Amino acid sequence: MNPIVKLLAQRIALSLLLLLMISVVIFVGTMILPGDVAQSILGQSATPEALANLRAELGLNDPPVARYFQWLFGALQGDLGTALTSGQDITSAIGSRLSNTLFLAFWAALIAVPLAIFLGLLAVRYKDRWPDKLISAVTLASISIPEFLIGYVLMYLIAVKLRWFPSVAMINDSMNLWQKLNSIALPVAVLTLVVLAHMMRMTRAAILNVMQSAYIETAELKGLSTFNVIWRHAFPNSIAPIVNVVMLNLAYLVVGVVVIEVVFVYPGMGQYLVDHVSKRDVPVVQACGLIFAAVYIGLNMIADIVSILSNPRLRHPK
Amino acid sequence: MKNIPLSALVGLFFTALYFLGALFAPLLAPYGMAEVVGDVWEPSSAEFWLGTDNIGRDLLSRMIYGGRTTIFIATVATIISFTTGAVVGIFAAVAGGWIDQVLSRFVDLIMSIPTLIFALVVLSVTPVTVPMLILVMGLLDSTRVFRLARAVAVDIEVMDFVEAARLRGERTAWIIFREILPNALSPLVAEMGLRFIFMVLFVSTLSFLGLGVQPPEADWGGIVKENKDGIVYGIPAALLPAFAIATLAISVNLVADWVLNRTTSLKGGRG
Amino acid sequence: MTDTAVLKVRDLKIGATIYPPGEKPHEIEIVHGISFDLEPGKVLGLIGESGAGKSTIGLASMAYGRGGVEITGGEVWVNGRDILQSRHSDIRKLRGGEVTYVSQSAAASFNPARTIMEQVVEAAVEQGKFSRRDAEGRARELFAKLGLPDPDNIGARYPHQVSGGQLQRCMTALALCPEPDLVVFDEPTTALDVTTQIDVLMAIKEAIRDTGVAALYITHDLAVVAQVSDDIMVLRHGDTVEYGPVDQIINTPQEEYTQALVSVRSIDHEEKAPTEEPVLSVRNITARYKGTKFDVLHNVNVDLYPGQTLAVVGESGSGKSTLARVITGLLPPREGEIHFAGRTLTPDFNARSREDLRELQMIYQMADVAMNPRQTVGTIIGRPLEFYFGLRGAKKRQRIIELLDEIELGESFMDRYPAELSGGQKQRVCIARALAAKPKMIICDEVTSALDPLVADGILKLLLNLQKIEDVAYLFITHDLATVRAIADNIAVMYKGKVQRYGQKSQVLSPPFDDYTDLLLSSVPEMKIGWLEEVIAHRKMESAGN
Repeated sequence: MNPIVKLLAQRIALSLLLLLMISVVIFVGTMILPGDVAQSILGQSATPEALANLRAELGLNDPPVARYFQWLFGALQGDLGTALTSGQDITSAIGSRLSNTLFLAFWAALIAVPLAIFLGLLAVRYKDRWPDKLISAVTLASISIPEFLIGYVLMYLIAVKLRWFPSVAMINDSMNLWQKLNSIALPVAVLTLVVLAHMMRMTRAAILNVMQSAYIETAELKGLSTFNVIWRHAFPNSIAPIVNVVMLNLAYLVVGVVVIEVVFVYPGMGQYLVDHVSKRDVPVVQACGLIFAAVYIGLNMIADIVSILSNPRLRHPK
Repeated sequence: MKNIPLSALVGLFFTALYFLGALFAPLLAPYGMAEVVGDVWEPSSAEFWLGTDNIGRDLLSRMIYGGRTTIFIATVATIISFTTGAVVGIFAAVAGGWIDQVLSRFVDLIMSIPTLIFALVVLSVTPVTVPMLILVMGLLDSTRVFRLARAVAVDIEVMDFVEAARLRGERTAWIIFREILPNALSPLVAEMGLRFIFMVLFVSTLSFLGLGVQPPEADWGGIVKENKDGIVYGIPAALLPAFAIATLAISVNLVADWVLNRTTSLKGGRG
Repeated sequence: MTDTAVLKVRDLKIGATIYPPGEKPHEIEIVHGISFDLEPGKVLGLIGESGAGKSTIGLASMAYGRGGVEITGGEVWVNGRDILQSRHSDIRKLRGGEVTYVSQSAAASFNPARTIMEQVVEAAVEQGKFSRRDAEGRARELFAKLGLPDPDNIGARYPHQVSGGQLQRCMTALALCPEPDLVVFDEPTTALDVTTQIDVLMAIKEAIRDTGVAALYITHDLAVVAQVSDDIMVLRHGDTVEYGPVDQIINTPQEEYTQALVSVRSIDHEEKAPTEEPVLSVRNITARYKGTKFDVLHNVNVDLYPGQTLAVVGESGSGKSTLARVITGLLPPREGEIHFAGRTLTPDFNARSREDLRELQMIYQMADVAMNPRQTVGTIIGRPLEFYFGLRGAKKRQRIIELLDEIELGESFMDRYPAELSGGQKQRVCIARALAAKPKMIICDEVTSALDPLVADGILKLLLNLQKIEDVAYLFITHDLATVRAIADNIAVMYKGKVQRYGQKSQVLSPPFDDYTDLLLSSVPEMKIGWLEEVIAHRKMESAGN
């Protein structure tokens, strides 16, 4: 078999296996740890009979293995169970929230990725001179502040003081795209800032690493222009590391989204997850955890696949 | 110690200031932590330097006590994360074989979920108490230290001087503590600073989400949560912790950078 | 001073920024005023130890400084223009057009993501010297001239698809393709095995002759540079030691340093006859690495006698280092036994007795990584004393000082860290650590290959001297035949995992030879002008005769 196809198949199989293992970890983590779901729902004053009834109703008395497989097969068929607190179907509740979250993440990525790569290149081009130093100082500062605080600082300055954008990012289906974008402008800005710093730093490091290769020196000694050195020699070898950086940071975005949604009261997955963690609504937490993990694993898988595909040793075997 | 760069000095100064503030909080704070002393969201005055919070407590006192809680939790969690991660990581590298495989794959698995998401999943079923928080944060983060420690140790492990020690007949303990650890220490110590910052951000985030330190205890993330509604009315009380966290994080970063530079340029020699 | 010179260097000074531990980075001068002329079609050899500044001078002829290196003074005239005063755009025209460069590691210097042809013709096309089509035609001619297989199609391959020796020739083609006036060869054959080196060397020499290009040939190997150069400049610590025609430098060197370089490897060592009982007998060893499917050692048998030296010689991949790993017990063999000092050694070192471990010591190629950088010399040498003999306190100290004396370093070295030692001193400390165990035998794995020739010479003399005093046997692994001649009593020539030839030094090194040993022996450059042509002519004659 073609070695690339084989490697890709292995990589995809590994991701699926990982996801399966994660489902086990999430399930076990929420079942075995101390704490009793029935007790949390009914509160401390519940009678033993009521507790026992609820446990039976929730299937808590079945053996854990059976419960795991029930849950897993349900999840595979798109049935994530019902929320304990509201009795709502989790799949339908997640549906619209997931698309809201992806909408937010999509626009943040659309701005952050090109900007980060551009700034990374700029920092490399002016390495150790003022543009590089300025960029790294700003990124150091933004890495040192938690996402939610960047959110409030921007909210305070832009929404409250300047009144450019709304401070709360409400969105619903009746809004047109422009209204939606106006509504999410602040959260997108915050997410961009948060991811930009990491992505820029890592892009810079990745390109610098390639620029130190002996073949770059060879290209310089051929008298090529700086543009050609970068375009013909550095760029083809930088694709894999840069894609890696981008994917890693998109994964980072997934986490950032959780907090930012809470800050801006945005009706997405993150808000939904955090709400139900406080309410100790285990089925919802399991479902959200699984979805976040799947996105994260998927992004990492794409990064690896790109790096396999762009490796000349694999594309042109001996 | 004579030629410490200015940036590291500034970093050291502020780091020390914060830690001292945390240690002597009860002496420094003008009011009690949970004591209601004024009106809601009073502006800063001679009486209340930073104003009051959403239920009329002195913000300066809340910030000082909050810093104490945040720094305490972050410090203990860092220590747990560090000792667990470093010891297990180096052990995996030295032991090799299936022990290394099992440990490494397990860590890969845990790291394939974002730490915050994992923490949320776990905290949805465990009681949210300070020891539990510290444990969850420390253990989740130790996976990162494990990776670093193992990678560093594997690099050192293949060096000829370790092989020479093995061929001399030295025991595993000697190889870990005398040959590998002294050489692995500098990157690990520098990493420790970064882990500490991460812990500060982590506990603040959890508290902000309402899943960390529980009221009436104060911590920086909690102060943001309590006062966030003021933002819409133009009251910047919730932004104070931003300033505190950022200065602490930047100071520690500066110190860590210096430690890293110092120890890498020292590599082998005596500086 | 002539006006026809392709390259005219006057009082060239080069500085570099260094980052010493614990101090502020500062600038030092690494080349202190070098001058020379290079006429069209001539080859100037620049020779010196590492740190002599030879590569830096080569790159300066392209107005290029590597890393923190900067040209601080002097003039570099190429075709009548001082390039240090030229504008950046003119320098770009010069690089890859008038002056080209061949580096030591072609494998790293080719971009892995693009084909060989694209890279070979790039400079010629970019500089407007040839159309793409003509450049490719010229490249194919050069591939053929340089003896590359399938010259019409090899350009379509990617760098990782051809061998190291072939890639080095491709790099030469890359340098010659734009018809430059000057080529800088920076150690072009150093990374190659000797039997490969000789062909590449001949290819380079013929290519230089046929194209009439001038060349700077940089190397640390005087015997190599003697084959290709018209003039030689000997450099040391950034200064010219001696500069003259190749004949004068090789046959009548004036300076002491040059004389030492010429006469290096001339240690006289009378071989000893085998004694009754070998200290080490390797019997029918066959071995392979874990997880691989082929043997790297096939049925190896060798003996080492007390107080003598067995040299195991071969090229990379011959299995010589694997043999050392089998003997030390790091790689248990699939078949065969090892007898040591009258006992049979357990295959895995973990199961060996402390006495077995003590009596069999090892010295490594890279002394830097063979010592714990966080331990002082005293700790490094003292540990075996403590571990094997239980020496402590004043007694241990006394013994460490004795050992330091034996390796010709003083007591003052005791508190130093490895980073504070030179390459040769580090290797001496490793020798002392091995001796501290009072071994019957020491395995020396390429112990001199990372060192400059004069330093290596010192180490070899020390080892021979210590052998007399301590009566220790050496298993000496090396790829360098000159080293073998200098110290061996017995020799085993290894090739593809087998012992090709084995016996006393005088037997192994005298005819009749088997084909491989003949090839190996005749490929070692000799300090003699015209040696290269002789060997090649001899080989052509032989292959015609067959």
